[in-house]
Amino acid sequence: MATAHPNSLTTARLPRWSPWALLAGSWVVVGVISGLLSAASGAELNIALVVLLGTVVFDVLLYVLARLVEGSRQAVNRLVTSLVATAFIIALLPLISLLWTVVVNGLPRFDPTFFSNSMRNIVGEGGGALHAITGTLLITGMATLISVPVGLLTAIYLVEYGRGPLARAITFFVDVMTGIPSIVAGLFAFAFFALVLQDPGIRFGFGGSVALSLLMIPVVVRSSEEMLRIVPNELREASYALGVPKWLTIVRVVIPTSIAGIATGVTLAIARVIGETAPLLIIAGFTASMNYNLFADRMMTLPVFVYTQYANPGTNVDAYLERAWAGALTLILIVMALNLIARLIARIFAPKLGR
Amino acid sequence: MPSTPSGEAPSVSTERPGIVGRRRSDGVFRGVTIVAGGLILAALAAVAVFLVAQSIPALVADPAELKGSPSSFWAYVGPLAFGTVWAAVLALIMAVPLSIGIALFISHYAPRRIAQALGYVVDLLAAVPSVVFGLWGITVLAPAVTPLYGWLTENLGWLPFFTPPVSGTGRTILTVAIVLAVMIIPIITALCREIFLQTPVLHQEAALALGATRWEMIQMAVLPFGRAGMISASMLGLGRALGETMVVAMVLSPAAVLSFVLTGSQNPSTIAGNIALNFPEAHGVGVNALIATGLILFLITLVINSVARFVINRRSAFSGAN
Repeated sequence: MATAHPNSLTTARLPRWSPWALLAGSWVVVGVISGLLSAASGAELNIALVVLLGTVVFDVLLYVLARLVEGSRQAVNRLVTSLVATAFIIALLPLISLLWTVVVNGLPRFDPTFFSNSMRNIVGEGGGALHAITGTLLITGMATLISVPVGLLTAIYLVEYGRGPLARAITFFVDVMTGIPSIVAGLFAFAFFALVLQDPGIRFGFGGSVALSLLMIPVVVRSSEEMLRIVPNELREASYALGVPKWLTIVRVVIPTSIAGIATGVTLAIARVIGETAPLLIIAGFTASMNYNLFADRMMTLPVFVYTQYANPGTNVDAYLERAWAGALTLILIVMALNLIARLIARIFAPKLGR
Repeated sequence: MPSTPSGEAPSVSTERPGIVGRRRSDGVFRGVTIVAGGLILAALAAVAVFLVAQSIPALVADPAELKGSPSSFWAYVGPLAFGTVWAAVLALIMAVPLSIGIALFISHYAPRRIAQALGYVVDLLAAVPSVVFGLWGITVLAPAVTPLYGWLTENLGWLPFFTPPVSGTGRTILTVAIVLAVMIIPIITALCREIFLQTPVLHQEAALALGATRWEMIQMAVLPFGRAGMISASMLGLGRALGETMVVAMVLSPAAVLSFVLTGSQNPSTIAGNIALNFPEAHGVGVNALIATGLILFLITLVINSVARFVINRRSAFSGAN
C-alpha cells in the first residue's frame, strides 16, 4: 500500500459539535433504558448512576467513532479528553448529591426553635443547637485570638528577618504541621491539660481552642507569609529612606499594604477549623446545656452536636436525625459564608501594586 | 550596641537617644517575632513529648486491662494500624487517577475563562466539614452501594476482596474509602493543578509545533515535568486520609480483625476512628492506650508528610495551606 500511514493533518475530522451531541445522546439513551428498567422493577431511578453510565458509554462511543473517522492518534486524544472530563463529572456527583441531601433533610428543622433553644431537658422532639452554636463561636473565636498573633508574627519573622537554619526549620515544620491529623491535635490538648492540671478526665472549651490553634496556625502562617512577600520592596526602602525604623516600617507600611490578603487567609483558616469535630469531641466533650465559660466544664460545639445527635439517638430517632441534618446545614452555611467573605475581601481590598 | 558612623559629632550627640530607642524597639520587635516562630517549634515538640508521656502507662500496663483483652498492646494496635493504612491506600487508589484527570481538565482542557470557576467548585468539596461527609456517607452512599456489593460478592466472590458473606448495611471499609477519596480529591487536585500550570510554555508549544495532539503534548511535556509534584501531592492526600476520623467513626461497623475483604461486615477499624468511638467512655489505662495509638498515627503521618514536603520543597514554593 502506498499510504500506509495517513497524514493526520489531512484526514477527515469529526464535526466540532459531535462530542457534545454524543454526550447528550448517551445520557438520554441510558436514561430512557434505565427509566424503563426501573419502571419495570418498581425501583427508584438513580440519577447519579445514569449520569455515570451515560458518560462511560459516551467515552467508548467517541473513541470508536474517532478511530473509524480520524485515525488512532486522534482517537486516543479524544479518549483522554473525554476521560478527563469524566473525572470532573465524577467529582461533581458527590458534591451535588451531598449538598442536595443536606438541604432537603436539613430544612424541616431549620426553624427559629433550632436557633433559640438548647437541648437541656429535651427528650425526643423540639430543642435546638443554641448551646452548640455559642460553643462553636466561643471556641473558634479563642482559637483565632491565639492563632492570628502567633501566625502573623511568625510570618513577619520569616519574611522580614528570617535567614539561616531557624527560618528553614520553621518553614519546614509549619508545612509538616499542616498535615497533623486533627484528632492528634485533640489528643495533645487532652494529654497536656490532663497532666498540667492533674485532672485525668478533663473536658473544657479552652482546650478545644488550643487544639484548633494547632491546626489553624500553619494555615495563617503560610497565607500571611505569601501576602507579606508580595509587598514591593520599594515601599520598604522608601520608608527606610525617610528614617523610619524597621519595626515601624513593618507595622505602618508592610502590614497595611497586605492587610486584605492576611484577612482573607485568616477567614479561610477559620473556615477550615470551624468544621473540625474530632479534637472537640475529645477535649471539649459534649453536653446538652449552655456553657459560656471556656475555662470550666464541657462545652458543646456544632460539629459535635451533629455527631452526637446522629450517634446517640433516643427513642424518637427521627427527631434526632432531623436535628443532626439541621446542624449539618447550619455548619455548611457557616463554612460557605466564610469562604465567600474571604473571596470578597480578597476581591474588594486587593492591593493596588501599580503595575 | 553597634556604633553609628561618627563624622558629624554635634548632630550625633543630639540624635543618639532617639537612635538607641529605635535600636531597642527594633530588637524587641525582632525578638517577639522569633518567640512566635519558636513557639511553633515548641508546640510541635510538646505534641510529641506529651503524647509520649501519656502513652507510657499503656505500654507498661497489663494488656488484660485494654479493651477486648488482647495479648499485648501491640496486638491491640496491629489491626487498627492495618485498617488505617488499608483504608487510606484504597482511598488513594481511587483518588489519584481522578484528581490528576480533574487537574488536567482544569489546567489544560477547560476553556480558560471558566477554568478558575471550575477550580472553585472542586475547592467547595474541601470546604464541607468531615462530620457532614460522615452523615452523607451513612445515609446516602452506604444504601446506594449495597446492591453493587451484593453483585460483587455474587460474581467476584472468588477474589479475596469480595469473599461472601456480604454486608447488609453497606457500612464496609470500601464505603469508607470512597468517602475518604472524595475528601482528598480537592487536596490532590489543587496541588497537581498548580504543578501542571507551571509546566514551561515553550516545552508545550514545541510539542504542539511538532504535530503532537493535545494528549501527546501532555504525555511529553506536562506529565514528566509534574511527576515529583504528583507523587508528593498524593502523599499529602495519603496523610490526610490516614488521619481522617469522623467518616470512619460514623460509617464503618468495626471489628478487631485483619481482613482484606472490602464488602463484608467484619472490617478492621482505623486508629483515628477507634479513638473517636471509644474516647468519650474510656477511663484509666484505656485513655492512655488510645493516646498511644494516637502517637503511632502521629508518627506515621509525620513521616509521610515530611517526605512529601521534602520532595515538594525541592521543586517550588507551594503547600496545601494556601
